[in-house]
Parts: sequence; C-alpha cells; structure tokens
Amino acid sequence: MGPISRRLFALESRSGWIAIAILLVIGLFIVPALNLMVPEGSLFHISTFWVATLGKYLCFAILALALDLIWGYAGILSLGHGAFFGLGGYAMGMYMMRQIGDRSVYGNPDLPDFMVFLNWDSLPWYWWGFDQFWFAALMVVLVPGLLAFVFGWLAFRSRITGVYFSIISQAMVFAIMLAFFRNETGFGGNNGLTDFKDILGFNLSQDSTKVGLYVVTTIALLLVYMICRAVVSSKLGRLLIAVRDAESRVRFLGYSVTNAKLFVFTLSAVLAGVAGALYVPQVGIINPGEFTPAKSIEMAIWVAVGGRGTLFGAIVGAFTINGARTYLTGVAPEVWLFFLGALFILVTLVMPQGLVGVYRSIRSGELKDAIRRRIQRVDV
Amino acid sequence: MSVTNNADASRMRTVFFSILFVLLSLLAFSFPAHAQQNDAALNAALSDLNARSFKAKTAAVQALGVYGDARAVAALEALSEGRLYGRKSDKSVVIAERDGKIYRLTDPATGVSAGEATSRELKKIIANNKLRGLIRGVLGQLALSSSDSELRRAAVENVISSPTGGSLALLKSARDRETEDDIRARLETGIATLELGSDDPALRRAAVDRLADGNDPEIKSLLERRLLKNADGSFVESDAQVRAEVQEAVSRINDRLALFGLAEDLIFGISLGSVLLLAAIGLAVTFGVMGVINMAHGEMIMLGAYTTFVVQEVFRVTMPAEAFGFYLLAAIPAAFLVAATFGILIERGCIRFLYGRPLETLLATWGVSLILQQMVRSLFGANNREVANPDWISGAISIGGGVSVTVSRVYIVIFCLVVVAALAAFIRYSRFGLQMRAVTQNRGMASAMGIRTGQVDALTFALGSGIAGVAGVALSQISNVSPNLGQNFIVDSFMVVVFGGVGSLWGTIVGAFGLGIVNKFLEPVSGAILGKVVVLVIIILFIQKRPRGLFALKGRAAEG
Repeated sequence: MGPISRRLFALESRSGWIAIAILLVIGLFIVPALNLMVPEGSLFHISTFWVATLGKYLCFAILALALDLIWGYAGILSLGHGAFFGLGGYAMGMYMMRQIGDRSVYGNPDLPDFMVFLNWDSLPWYWWGFDQFWFAALMVVLVPGLLAFVFGWLAFRSRITGVYFSIISQAMVFAIMLAFFRNETGFGGNNGLTDFKDILGFNLSQDSTKVGLYVVTTIALLLVYMICRAVVSSKLGRLLIAVRDAESRVRFLGYSVTNAKLFVFTLSAVLAGVAGALYVPQVGIINPGEFTPAKSIEMAIWVAVGGRGTLFGAIVGAFTINGARTYLTGVAPEVWLFFLGALFILVTLVMPQGLVGVYRSIRSGELKDAIRRRIQRVDV
Repeated sequence: MSVTNNADASRMRTVFFSILFVLLSLLAFSFPAHAQQNDAALNAALSDLNARSFKAKTAAVQALGVYGDARAVAALEALSEGRLYGRKSDKSVVIAERDGKIYRLTDPATGVSAGEATSRELKKIIANNKLRGLIRGVLGQLALSSSDSELRRAAVENVISSPTGGSLALLKSARDRETEDDIRARLETGIATLELGSDDPALRRAAVDRLADGNDPEIKSLLERRLLKNADGSFVESDAQVRAEVQEAVSRINDRLALFGLAEDLIFGISLGSVLLLAAIGLAVTFGVMGVINMAHGEMIMLGAYTTFVVQEVFRVTMPAEAFGFYLLAAIPAAFLVAATFGILIERGCIRFLYGRPLETLLATWGVSLILQQMVRSLFGANNREVANPDWISGAISIGGGVSVTVSRVYIVIFCLVVVAALAAFIRYSRFGLQMRAVTQNRGMASAMGIRTGQVDALTFALGSGIAGVAGVALSQISNVSPNLGQNFIVDSFMVVVFGGVGSLWGTIVGAFGLGIVNKFLEPVSGAILGKVVVLVIIILFIQKRPRGLFALKGRAAEG
C-alpha cells in the first residue's frame, strides 16, 4: 500500500471502516435497488418520496458535519450556518432557474419569471454566468467560503469568541434573511426560486433523476465525512481541540489561533454550501425561509443530540431529529415544537455528550456503574 | 328724607349698573366683542329682509354676511325655511312658529318672545332658490364669528378651500377679532393665499412675504403653482420681481421643511429607540448582569403582551365601560408577575444547572422559548389577538410641517424612561440591588459574606423577565400580539445589549436610542429593510473596533 492510502485507512478504526462499509452498501445499493427494482406495492418497495426524503436528510447530515467540525472541535458555535447553506442553495437554484429558459410561465428565455414580473429588462450582473453549471458549482463553494472568510476574519481577528460569536453570527444570517426577502435584491423575494425543470439535462420530475441525486448526495456525505475526519485527525485538528479547551494558552504557545479558526470556519462554510446546493434540486425550492435564525439554531441541536466532537454523532443527530420531525409533523403537528423544545433542554441538561456519548458509556459499562452508584447512594 | 332718598337713589343706581354690567359681560362672553356696537345696523339689515324686491333682500342677506354677526344666523335660517314673517302692525321682522290657529313670534335679533299673532297680522317673507343658495354661503361665513372655536376653525377651512368674492374682506375682519392663535394663523395664511391672486403686484408681494414664514407643505405647493407657466407660455405670476420673491419663499419653506423632516426622523428614531430599549432592558439584566444568554427573553415579552390581552378581556366582562380604559394600568403589574414567575421557573428548573456554560444555556433557553411559543399557540390560537388602545392613549399630536406622532408612541417613550429610571434606582439603592451587584462582581466573596447567591440569581432572573413582561404591555399597544411577537425582538435586543456593552445599563440606553435613530435616518435613504441590514452590518463592523461594546466594563470582570 502506498503512503496516501495507508494514511487514508488510518483515519478510521477497523470497526469504523466496517460500519461505514455497511452503511454505504445500504445507502448506495440497497435503497436505490428497493426503489427501482422492487415493484410498487411490494412490502420492500421504497417509494421515490422516501428516497427524496432520505436525500434531504443526507444533506442535513452534511450540514451537521460542517457544524460539528467547528463547534465540536474548535468550540465555535455558529448560529448562522443557515446563511452558508442557503447561499449554496441559491447558487444552485440560480443555475436551475436559468436552465428553465423559455419554458417559464412568461416564456422569456433571458429572464426568470419573477424578473419579468418586476418589469426588469435585463439580467442583473450577479446573475451572469449562472447558465453554466461549472460556474454555478464554483459559486456554490466560493460565495459561502468568501462570506465565511470575511466574516470569520473580522470576528476572530478581534477575538470575538463564545456566545458573542454566536450572537453576531445570528445577526449575520438575520441580515441576509432581511435582504433576501426584498424583491429588489433580485433573488425572487419572498417566493424564492422554484419551478425548476432540469439539472444538467436530467428532468427533475423523473424518478431516476431523484434516485441519482440521492446517490450523489450519499457519496458527497462520505467524502465530506472523510474530509472532516482528515482535518480533525491531523495536527491542525489537535490544535483546534487545544483552542477549544484553552484558547489563550494556545495563543501564548505561539500558534496563530486566528488562522486555524479561520481555516476551519471557512471550510465548514464551504461544506455547508455544498449541502445547500445538493438540497435545493431535491426539494425543488429555495426561499429566504432557509435564513431564519430559528433554522440555524436548530442545526446546533442536531449536533448536540448526536454528540458533539464525534463527527459520526452529527450524522446520527441529523437523521434522528429530522426523522422525528417528519413523523411528528405528520401525526401531531402541535407536539412537534414541544418535542423539539424539550429536546433542547434535556440534551443540554441530561446528556451533554449526545446519543453517541450515551452509546459509549453503555459500551464501556460506565453507565451501569453510574446507575449502580446512584442506587447505592439512595439505599444509604 | 331727602338724604334717605338720595341714598336710595344711589343704591338703585349701583344695582342697576351692576346688573347692566353683568348682562354686558354675559353678552361679551357669548358673542365676539364687537357685537353690541352695531345693533342699529344689524336691525336695519334685518328689517331690510322684509323688502319688496329680491334685489333688496339679496343686498340685505349679503350685508348680514359681511357684517358677520352670529345673531343673524337664526333669521337667515328662518328665511330659507320659510319661517320668517313681517308683522303688518309695526313692519318688524319676526320668526313665527305655527301653533294651531295662532303663530308664536320670536324676535330674530334677541331670540326673545315677541308675543302671538294670527295669520292675518303677518306676511310671509318669500325666498327663492337663488336667495337660499346665497344664504347657505353667508351662513358658512357667519360661522367665522361663532363663539364656538371648533365651528370657527371649520368655517375658516371652508372659506379658504372655496373662496368667493367677499371672502377676503370676511377673513380680514375675522382675523381682526380672532382670539385664538392657531385660528388666526390659519386666517393669515388664508388671507395671504387669496391676496396671492390679486391684481396688485404690491399686494401679491406682501402676501408672498407673509407666506414665506410658514411651514405648510400645502402653501409650498400653492407658491410653486405661481411659478408654473400658463398654456400660452406666459408665467402664472406675471411680475418678474414677485416671481423672484416666490422662488425665494419656496426655497425658504423647503429649508424649513427639511428641518422638520430631520425632526421627524429624530422623533421616530427616539420612538423606535424606546421600543428597542424596552425590549432590551430586561436582557441587560439577565445577560448584562448575570451573563446568562436567555433566548426565551422574547417570549417573556410575548407573555406580557398576552397577559395584557387577558386583563383586557377580564376588564371587558367585569368592569363598567368607563373603567375599561384603565385595564392597561392593571396589566402592568400583572404582566410583571406572570413573566417574573416564568422567569423563576426557568432559572430554577434549567438555567441554574448551566452556569458557566453559556453555549448550553443558549440552547436550553431556546428550547424553553419554543415550548412557550407552542404553549401560547395552543392556548390562544395562532392568530393575532386584538389589544385595543384605550381612549387616553389614542389619537395623534401634530408638530407642524406635516409631521405628527401618535399619542401611544409618546406614552411609550415616557413609560420606557420611567421603567429604566426605576430599574436603575432599584439596582443602585435597594438592598437587593446591592446584593445583585455583589454577586455579579465576585460570586465567591459575596457567598462568603452570607449572601445567598442562588436566591439572588433566581430573583435577578425574575426581575429581568418581569421587566420584559412589562415591555410586552407597551409593545401590545403598537404591534401585533401573536405567538411570534418575541421572535421579532430577540435579534434586535441582543444587538442593543452587545452594541451598548454587556453589563452596562447606560450602554443599553445609549445603544437602543443610537440604533433607533440611526435606523430611522437610514430608512429614507435606503428603504426600511435595507436600512436594518445596513445597521446590522454596521454593528458587526463596530464590534471589531470595540469587541466589548460602547460602554465596556473595565478590569477583571471584563475578562470572562
């Protein structure tokens, strides 16, 4: 084996690789096979709706990974990651908007419908180039990355940390939301971008396209997971953990805390942008609702429920909570916010290590010991 | 004898004169002062109504109008309704009401009964439609001399908006006897407006001079119309010199209006600032003093607003209608108690386990806020609840230059200052305030001195939440009461506290008013929403320069 592949294999333990392999087989082969090959009506058939829903969860998992990378490892709690997710989504949405061409309601080949509606006579400059996929894909990475770089540079340079950073990042996403709600900003205002027809020539309403997007997202999740794992197990990752636990001390040791944080924050924003870009073609709409501060805060709870600083926990958390949402909003919509609210409180009070933490303490027998101690204390 | 007689006579004279004096003052009180002087002329004009020709009647009606005596109103109304008669015996004019076979007569000038008469003794004074039209106009002008200032005000507006030939003289005489400043000012502009159309350039120039002192957007457009050209290319204002003066006057009014615009921005900025301050001041206690990030702060405001709604409904059912307006006063302590109770519950049930872990506190209180929102939504429904403005804070105050402020906004500014002053005094002078400051500065030492820090924490949090509840009472008057009410304020109030400097009450005040005013000054330039975006960006940049806000705490406390 070459040095690179050896290093790659060193990223995970043996059991970790086995878990990844099993999940990949399920995600990449079994789910699509059950959708495409098993006939409808069969017990084992997975409907396209569920494939698309799973695809959505996968995007959220990427987003959660991005957040865990900065929160779990560098101690930066961003309450504005919805901004990067949304911007990535908008970049992809703009590409698909341009692909509609003259199939829109107004039939104007050069202008999206909402611009015709606003009586605009030409495409604003910031829409130029979005008819090319490569350009849009570049923007998916560049726009969130650049915003995060500038914002992070301003924040970390003046040593804004902890809750101050959280509040400021929340203000950032709030400002972006207000701006995108305006019709004049040129992104469809309140309604956002929707009515997409196809992506790279594939018709979005076809099942095969949906399954294809799902497969692409699964692979993307694997790649993002590997990138995050590579970062946290590198020397930089150890530095980040040190920054998380004692920032001043790391600074005094001569490390550039600002640069380390800035790198990981920008990387995280880029990953969030990619998640957004994969999300939009699967749900078929992007609007300023993605920028509401509430959504950005909710992302933090995905990570917290799964378990901070584990990467794997972020994926578990994103799937658990979004699964619960899909179930609860269908069965009893009133209960959903109570459930989510209670989850916020319980996770922070009772299980600060999240589900992964609970699993680990069960594995190691700590939990049993703790319960036994508690019982003994009560007996005394 | 003669001595007594003399004394009697002089006493009689005194009594007579005092009665006369009282009567005269009564008259002077009910009518404009000039009214008594020309009784003869009034009577003459009234008896002229009984003239034979319509031409003479018309002249008499016009005379009554120009003469401007309110006592003519009864006669003119009677004439147009066909109740005015001439008595054949003495040729006097009377108002007659038919009562069976006879007529009851009244003297039109005095309103005193003038006996009775049969139809044969009377002759009806006939009016035609033209005369009735004239009477309507004259009646409008006569209202100018009414004793009721509201009627006069309306009459002035009436005459100015549809002037007739005699209007100028009428307005001038009305101005000479007008006692109220604002009506006289209105009359002056009316006169100047009419003189602006006169043929004499000198008169026009004088009028322009007087109008240039005003600050009414209406006058500005009136003057600007003088600068336009007619269809044939000639100027509306033919005299070049007058035209130059009009130009000058317009620019002077523009300057003054710009000043009023500034004042308007400032006033609205202060108003917005006071709303921000109310929303943020409770946060300044919980976040600033205790260092607790309470994301459920907005929901405390929301609870206060809903308490106001409940108190209003209770008042509607249990109280008499006159007392209903005071529900707002009762809502203030109620909202404080409700929000403070929730505050204690949140602190004891959740936050106290998380001291020293601000990020976890943030997430847990966010969970609390979600639960509270859904709770209110389940209890009261998702729709807006209507909270009525009581009468005593309805309406608007006009400042001039087309600027006006609603009374409720003024009350909110005052209320906000009272709340802040009360809070500052409480923290500064009360025993509990002292303990609170002690715990903030050095928890361990305070505890060693025998202060129960846990109790102080709970009560401080209750205080901050209670103030948020009180803010909810005020905000219920100007914004929609819905489960999302708190969400709209949470980012703003955090911005205010961070901008002003955490832990500083002064910083919060300056931060709130500063942001409010900057926001309102930006709005006309960039639009409401973009203005807000710009403000947020400014704050983010500002925090680069001063990461701890405007009024940062110095020393060890700042190194948290």
